[in-house]
Amino acid sequence: MSKANAPDSASVSRRYFLKGFGATAAAVATARVEAVAQELEKANAEKIQGPEAVPITLQVNGHPLKLQVEPRVTLLEALRYHAGYTGAKEACDRAACGACTVLLDGVPIYACSKLAIEAQGHAITTVEGLAPSGKLSMVQQTFVDEDALMCGYCTPGFIMSVTALLNKNPHPTADQVKHACAGNLCRCGTYPRIMQAALKAAGVSVSSKTEVISYARLA
Amino acid sequence: MPGWPEKRVQIGARAKRVDAPAKVAGAAKYSSDVQPEAWLYGMILRSKWPRAKVTRINLEKASQAPGIKAALAVREGERTVRYYGEELAAVAGTSKQACQDALRLIEVDATPLPFVVREDEAREESSPRVWDNAPNLARFKVVEKGDVDKAFSECPTVVEGFYTTPVALHNPMETHGNTVAWTDEGVTAWSSTQAIFGVRDALAGNLKVPQNQVRVICEYMGGGFGSKLTAGAESGIAARLSKAAKAPVKLMLTRFDEALAVGNRPSTFQKIRLGASADGKLQALELENYGTPGIGSGGVTEGASGDVGVPAPFIYRVPNSRVKQASVAVNAGSSRPFRAPSHPPASFGMESILDELAVKLKMDPLELRLKNDPSEVRRKEYQLGAERFGWKENYKAPGSSPGPVKTGVGCAGSTWWGGGGKGTQVEAQVNPDGSVEVRCGTQDLGTGTRTVITLVAAEMLGLKPEQILVRIGDTRFPPSGGSGGSTTAPSVSPAVYDACTKALDELQKQTGVADARGENWAGACKKLGVNPLVVTGQFQPGLSGGGVGGVQFAEVEVDTNTGFVKVKKITCVQDCGLVVSKLTCESQANGGIIMGIGYALYEERIMDRRSGVVLNPNFETYKLPTLADMPEIDLVLFEMPERGVIGIGEPVTIPTAAAIANAVANALGVRVNSLPITPARVLAALGKDKLSTT
Repeated sequence: MSKANAPDSASVSRRYFLKGFGATAAAVATARVEAVAQELEKANAEKIQGPEAVPITLQVNGHPLKLQVEPRVTLLEALRYHAGYTGAKEACDRAACGACTVLLDGVPIYACSKLAIEAQGHAITTVEGLAPSGKLSMVQQTFVDEDALMCGYCTPGFIMSVTALLNKNPHPTADQVKHACAGNLCRCGTYPRIMQAALKAAGVSVSSKTEVISYARLA
Repeated sequence: MPGWPEKRVQIGARAKRVDAPAKVAGAAKYSSDVQPEAWLYGMILRSKWPRAKVTRINLEKASQAPGIKAALAVREGERTVRYYGEELAAVAGTSKQACQDALRLIEVDATPLPFVVREDEAREESSPRVWDNAPNLARFKVVEKGDVDKAFSECPTVVEGFYTTPVALHNPMETHGNTVAWTDEGVTAWSSTQAIFGVRDALAGNLKVPQNQVRVICEYMGGGFGSKLTAGAESGIAARLSKAAKAPVKLMLTRFDEALAVGNRPSTFQKIRLGASADGKLQALELENYGTPGIGSGGVTEGASGDVGVPAPFIYRVPNSRVKQASVAVNAGSSRPFRAPSHPPASFGMESILDELAVKLKMDPLELRLKNDPSEVRRKEYQLGAERFGWKENYKAPGSSPGPVKTGVGCAGSTWWGGGGKGTQVEAQVNPDGSVEVRCGTQDLGTGTRTVITLVAAEMLGLKPEQILVRIGDTRFPPSGGSGGSTTAPSVSPAVYDACTKALDELQKQTGVADARGENWAGACKKLGVNPLVVTGQFQPGLSGGGVGGVQFAEVEVDTNTGFVKVKKITCVQDCGLVVSKLTCESQANGGIIMGIGYALYEERIMDRRSGVVLNPNFETYKLPTLADMPEIDLVLFEMPERGVIGIGEPVTIPTAAAIANAVANALGVRVNSLPITPARVLAALGKDKLSTT
């Protein structure tokens, strides 16, 4: 179980708790009835936050970030507008395009669809965190080399999705790249080169099929 | 007469996009990223009625809501709103949430009026009128050539078809919007725009501020595709909010707004009749077309383009033709230019009927094109493309592919005007340390303008791209036009050429170095002393061109049980003059093809006729192509350096949908006459759309 799915018990949220319950209910339902009741009571006893701004601490790119935000502020807004991390973009605000993708404990998530207060206690990585010393990461570099971007607005999201894939699976197939990028949209149409960049970052040699043919030579 | 160097080092090289490192690092600041000190959020309240008389807008409660610094009505007094999503009022506040809360407190008194959103209903006289003083269906414009009726009566082969294309949405990834600061010193707008000078002039006019006090900046922008060529209503609203709140206001539209109020590609409903002689030579054409640009065209709304007419008979020559076209108004947001306006639908109609003719003549559709296409360039491209694609081996009689999953092939050709000019001027500054700054008030939509300017300057000065710094996207730089019509590269390249030529001349005059290029550069610049050299170049004719031809071939797989279409391969041969930046040129071509796949198979704005709302205003319902939908793309850039620099952003998207539609028809043996070719439409064409009751 990844860290994202197993928060420490002291800060268990209702969502994580219920998610865990759902997965194990069939097997141990009766034995755990009492434990369930206790956990629910604990969840209900969590301090009700808001609606006014509350202090939160996020771990962004390895640094603690203290903010004062309303509980209804999303992680994306907190990053972009309360902390100046504008690498993650807002394009749909609806978990439909992936331009806001960041890593939460290494797992790609839509920052537009997670509340900032819920992201506390997790390691958040934004595209700015991939090149902390100014030297581009392998994935960023292959995106540059293969021209896997045009307007560039969706690019940070794709880079985060590909980065997460390669961290988990250093030698993916083309189908695995497609799957990893299934939640990201690009309107300029850079997909073929995103595929090339992802494979190249994984050490696969890629070649473009493009050719320049002189009309004069042909005529 | 100026001319490009015969031997080129930088021009045509596979140089990397110069702003790619900033974009991949998240360091590139888009207009939506800019955050001037003490900035506020701006948000717009839109009409929830497709048509209504609005009598009163009460902002009292909203303006007193927590965190709200300004609230305004978009227009004073009574007004009629004509589509769901029209701008009514706006607020600026300290947080997104404060603005969301405040919008709910705005009271709008309105009387809903009858409306119509479907083209076929709107054209009936009995339908509610979008505009009181004019019928929805405009007068048909008729263009007639030769003796059409006589020609048809003499044609041994005549085919007829009815082809429809949808209203499509631009949906650039960065939504429309601006961050605007209006102070006593003037207006500064960080705008997501394809035309910084256009926005400057529109803001100056609307706000009654002298043009020299309006500055528009767009360093990076997240796509436009034609929908960001004008300052939309949201620009002026943001400025007014800024003035009222005495603070900068960031007003970026939501994805939902993008489906309602910032443009679209008009629909077309094309009834076409085509007649040919026995040998397949086109003799007669009749085309009647109508479509909707939304509530209207021209100056009716800010940013509308309006014309729904398609060029006919498109790339072909037909001696006798009658073309009748009209727009029909509906209660929906206005159209705007969309990547190669009117050309993809023209291509779909003409190339479809041409394949119908080929079927009737029992002729190979490629052969029919070679016989009728007047362009020598395109005929060569067809021959080259056919060879690479394997047309001879892959073309089978329509519907002859065996099994439930059928394959088919199709092809289509295109043209686009393009060309350069637009009064473009470029400033080149050569510093004593040898570094060069090139400044131009153009903008880079993601097309690669920065890279093109860098490579041209490096070529002309005999330098490496790293020695050139290009600054664009600011109205304080010398002017250039809006980036539309594939005109940017052909406009800026000759002006950069001129500026660099003048810089070399001036450098020689001031330093005595005969040829300062290459290895002499550093020494010559040193001799400049303290002051840098600054020269201005102008657009020069003869260095760029337009009027390109291109062809595409498509191979598809169609599942006759599910109706699902998969594009397997696209072969594209695109005439593109002198290629300046090879890498970004290829990316543009890929992008045009992929947008064409969306137009062919997925994209359509759907309106609800009972409520008048857009039913698919976000990406989970308005479908775009994804990485998983990518076919193999075989791309040939057909280079003709003697024609100079040509923009190819638009031509490459024109024939894709038509080639795919022809391939689907070839696979099935029946034609899907409407875009997008959805599974439901495929099944309907196969007669499989009715549930069996036995």
